[in-house]
Amino acid sequence: MIRLFANANYDFIKWRRWAYGITAAFIIPGFSLFLIRGLNYSIEFTGGTLIQVQTAEPVGTERIRGALDAAGIRDAEIQQFGAANEYVIRARIGRADAVVEGSTETTAAAVDSALARGLGPAPEHYKILRTEAVGPKVGRELQSKALAAILLSFLVTLAYLAIRFEWRFGLAAVLATGHDILSTIAFIRYLDLEVSLVVVGAVLTMVGYSLNDTIIIFDRVRENLRKFRRQNLYEILNLSINETLPRSVLTHGTTMATTIALVLLAGEVLRPFALVMTFAIFTGTFSSIYIAAPILMYIEKRWPGEDARGARALRPAGSVPLNPPPPPPPPPAAPGGSGVRSKAAV
Amino acid sequence: MRTIRTRLLTIGALLVLAVWQLIPTNVTQRVRDPVTGRMKDTTIRRVPINLGLDLQGGIHLALEVDQSKGPVPDCADAIQRAEKVVRTRIDEFGTSEPVVQIQGRCRLIVELAGEKDPARAKGIIQRTAFLEFRITDMKNLFRDALPEIDKALRRAGVTAPGQGAAAASVTQLFGSDTGKAKGKAKPPKGKAAAKDTTDLNAPGALSSLLFQGQIPGEYLVPEEQVPVAESLLARSDVQRLVPRGIELRWGTEVLSRAGRSYRSLYAVEDRPIITGEYLQDAKATRDPLTNQSVANFVLSRRGGRIFERETGRHVNDYMAIILDGRVQGQPPVIKSQIGQRGQIELGAKPLQDAQDLALVLKAGALPAPLTIIEERTIGPSLGQDSIKDGIRAGIVGVALVVLIMVTYYRLSGVLAVAALSLYVVFTLAGLAGFGFTLTLPGLAGLVLSVGIAVDANVLIFERIREELQHGKLVRTAVDEGFKHAMSAIVDSNVSTALTAFILYLVGTGPVQGFAITLIIGIAASMITAIFVVRTFYMIWLDRRPDMATLSV
Repeated sequence: MIRLFANANYDFIKWRRWAYGITAAFIIPGFSLFLIRGLNYSIEFTGGTLIQVQTAEPVGTERIRGALDAAGIRDAEIQQFGAANEYVIRARIGRADAVVEGSTETTAAAVDSALARGLGPAPEHYKILRTEAVGPKVGRELQSKALAAILLSFLVTLAYLAIRFEWRFGLAAVLATGHDILSTIAFIRYLDLEVSLVVVGAVLTMVGYSLNDTIIIFDRVRENLRKFRRQNLYEILNLSINETLPRSVLTHGTTMATTIALVLLAGEVLRPFALVMTFAIFTGTFSSIYIAAPILMYIEKRWPGEDARGARALRPAGSVPLNPPPPPPPPPAAPGGSGVRSKAAV
Repeated sequence: MRTIRTRLLTIGALLVLAVWQLIPTNVTQRVRDPVTGRMKDTTIRRVPINLGLDLQGGIHLALEVDQSKGPVPDCADAIQRAEKVVRTRIDEFGTSEPVVQIQGRCRLIVELAGEKDPARAKGIIQRTAFLEFRITDMKNLFRDALPEIDKALRRAGVTAPGQGAAAASVTQLFGSDTGKAKGKAKPPKGKAAAKDTTDLNAPGALSSLLFQGQIPGEYLVPEEQVPVAESLLARSDVQRLVPRGIELRWGTEVLSRAGRSYRSLYAVEDRPIITGEYLQDAKATRDPLTNQSVANFVLSRRGGRIFERETGRHVNDYMAIILDGRVQGQPPVIKSQIGQRGQIELGAKPLQDAQDLALVLKAGALPAPLTIIEERTIGPSLGQDSIKDGIRAGIVGVALVVLIMVTYYRLSGVLAVAALSLYVVFTLAGLAGFGFTLTLPGLAGLVLSVGIAVDANVLIFERIREELQHGKLVRTAVDEGFKHAMSAIVDSNVSTALTAFILYLVGTGPVQGFAITLIIGIAASMITAIFVVRTFYMIWLDRRPDMATLSV
C-alpha cells in the first residue's frame, strides 16, 4: 500500500512569514507590470479582427507582413500559431490604422484580398481557418460582464460560506481567493498570455477550485474544533492541514495530470486556458494553507468567536498539554517530528 | 441485501437512461438538393450531442439594427420583425440546424453550423430586400435642371474634370471621403487644382460627367468618374436643385460602350407605384432563350390590383425596378397593364444569384438595415483538429488519472475508476439530454472535470484509511468514511457549482458551454462518487463479511 504523507506532522503555519514573502515577491512585480502595461486582451475584449490562416508551406511572418503592408494594412500583429504553416493575424481597434475605416468585417475582407495578392490565390496557397470580427461595443460589454462575473462569484460564495460555516471562515476563504486572482493576473502578465473570454473562464474556475481546496481544510478545522476542545487554533489549523495533506496531494495530482495533458496536447486555442488552470492548482493549494489559514487565525484574534480560542491562537502554547491525534493503535505518529508544538511568537 | 438491490436497480436505471440519450437517432436536416436547387428534408443518424460552432465549423453572427443613419425609435420591435424575416431566409438557405435568436433587447444572433461561404450568408442575412417600382423621369425634369446645378457648382468653386481633371477629382473624392491615408498623400496636387477653379468657361461640373442614356431619365457615368459624381450629388446645394418629385438612383450593372465602361444613373419619381410588401412569391429561373437568370414574382391580389391600375396609367413609360436603392437592370417599358405577375432580369449573373434574390424577396424586407457587430467564422477543418486534439488530451489525462488512482488505492481505486467511466457516460448524456452544446472550452471542462471528479473519491478513501488506522472494523470504517467525507464533498462541490452557474449567467457562447459541462460534471461526479462507489463497497462487504483488511 502506497501512503503519501500519512500521519504527517509538519508545522505549516510556522513558515507563514516566509510564504508571505515568497508570494509578495511573485505578485508585486507582476501586478505592477499589469497596472502599468495592462494585459494582452483578445479581440473579444478590445474589438477588432482576428484571422487564422494556414499557408501551403511555412512562409514566415515576414512574408505575410509584406503582403499586408503592400495593401496598406499596418500595425496588425502577426503570430505563428501552433503548426509552422499556421498564422494568426490580429488587428485591434484603437491602434492607429490597424483597422480599415468602417467596420471590423471589412478588415477581414481586406486581409483576405491582401493575402491573395501577396501569397497567391486561395485555397491553393492559403486557407482561412477562422475569422473573428468583434465591434467595439461588444468588447466593452464583455469587459464589464467579466468583471461583474468575478465580483458576483465572490459575493455568492461569501454568502454560501457564511451560511454553511461562519462569516470568519467565509471571509478568510474569500480573501485567499482574492490572493489567487492577484497571483494569477501576475502569472498571466509574466507569460504574456492572451486574455480571452475562455481565460476569464479559467480564472473563474480557479476561484471555484481554490475555494474548494480551502473548504476541504476548513471543513476539517470545523470538525477538529469540536473534537479537540483544549488545543488552540494554531494547533488545530496545523493538524487539519496535515490530516488533509494526502487528499490534497492526490487530488491536485490527478487534476494536474489532466491540465498538463491539456497544455501539451489540446492545441493552441486551449493552451492559455490550460496554463492558467495548471497555475491555479499551485496557487489554490498554496493559498489554502498559507493565506486562508493564517487569515482565519488573525480574524479569530481580532474578533474572537464563541469559544474564544482564536484569542489564544497566537500565544505560545507551551503550557497547554498536547492532545495528539487520537490514540493510534498502529505505530504512533512519527516521533521527533517536532509536530504540533507550537512555538509561534507574535 | 434489499438496499443493495434497490441501489443496483437505481444505477441500472440511470445507466439505461443515460445510454438511451446517447443512442444515435435520426435527425431531420434541411439541405439543398443539388439537382433542383430546392430545399428538402433528409434524415441522418448521429449521436445527439450538439457540437458548438468551434467544433464543427460554421458562422456566428451578432447583428444589431443599424442606427448610424438616424435612430430607430423602437429597436426591440424592429429586431423582432427582423428575426422572423431572417429566420425565413435562413430556413431556405440550406444550413442543417440554423440558430436565429434575439439576445437582449435589440440584438440578433444567427448561427449557421457547417456553412462554408460566410460572404454569401452575410449577404443574404443583411440584405434589406426592399423592392419598389418607380416610373423614370419621363419629362426629363432632371436634365432641364442640370444647367442650374452646374452654375451652383461653379459658384462653389468646383471645376469640371475637363482640365486638370484627375487632380480635381482626387480632391473631390477625398474631401468628402474618410480615406485619410490617401488624402494625406495628395495635398500638393489638390491645392494646384484648386487654383484654376476660376475658369468660368469650363463645362458644367456635373453635366460633363453625365451622358444621356437610351431612355428618358437614364444617364451614363464613366466608371472611373462614379466616385466624383457620387460626391457631387451628395452635396446639399446640388440636392436642393434636383427637381421636386424626382430622385436619383444608381444602377447595378456596368455597361461597356466603345471600350469604356459606364455605370447608369437614373432619375426616377420619388413615389413608388408599388413596393415589395405586396409580394407573395418569388422563384428563380433561367430564361431558355436568352440564357439569362430571372427572378419571377407573384403579387398578392390587392397588390395585383394596385399594380394593374398604376401600370395602366403609365403605359409606354419606363419602370425602374429598385432593390435596396439600386436600379436592377435597364428599366423596361410598360407595354400594357401588368397584373399579379412580373419578373426581374439579372442578366448574365449565375442562377444562384437569382435564387438568392428570389429567397430574400419571398421572405420580405427587413424593417431596418442590420449591421454585423460580431462575426466568427470557423473552418470545418479547424473544428475537426480541435476535436482530435481535445480527445487526445482527454485520453492521456484520463489514463493518467486512472493510473494514479489504481496504483494508490488498488482495488478501491478500481472501483473509483469504474465509477468514473459511469461519470463520463452520465455527463455526456446530460449534455445530450438537456440539449446543451459541446464547445471546445466545454471539451476542456470535461477533461478537467475528470481530474476534479475523483476528488470526492479521494476524500472518502482517505477518510476510510484514517478510520481504519484508528482501529475501526472494515465495515464501520467504510460507513464512517462516507459519513465524515460528506460535508466536505457537498460544500466544495456546491461552491464550485455556484461559480460555474455565474459563469453561465454572464458568459456567452463557448464559455456558457464550458460552464454547463462543469455543472453537469459536478452533479454526475457527486452521484457516482457518493452513490455508485458506496454501492460497490456494499456489494464487496456483503460478499466477504469477515474481511479484516480493505484494499484502499
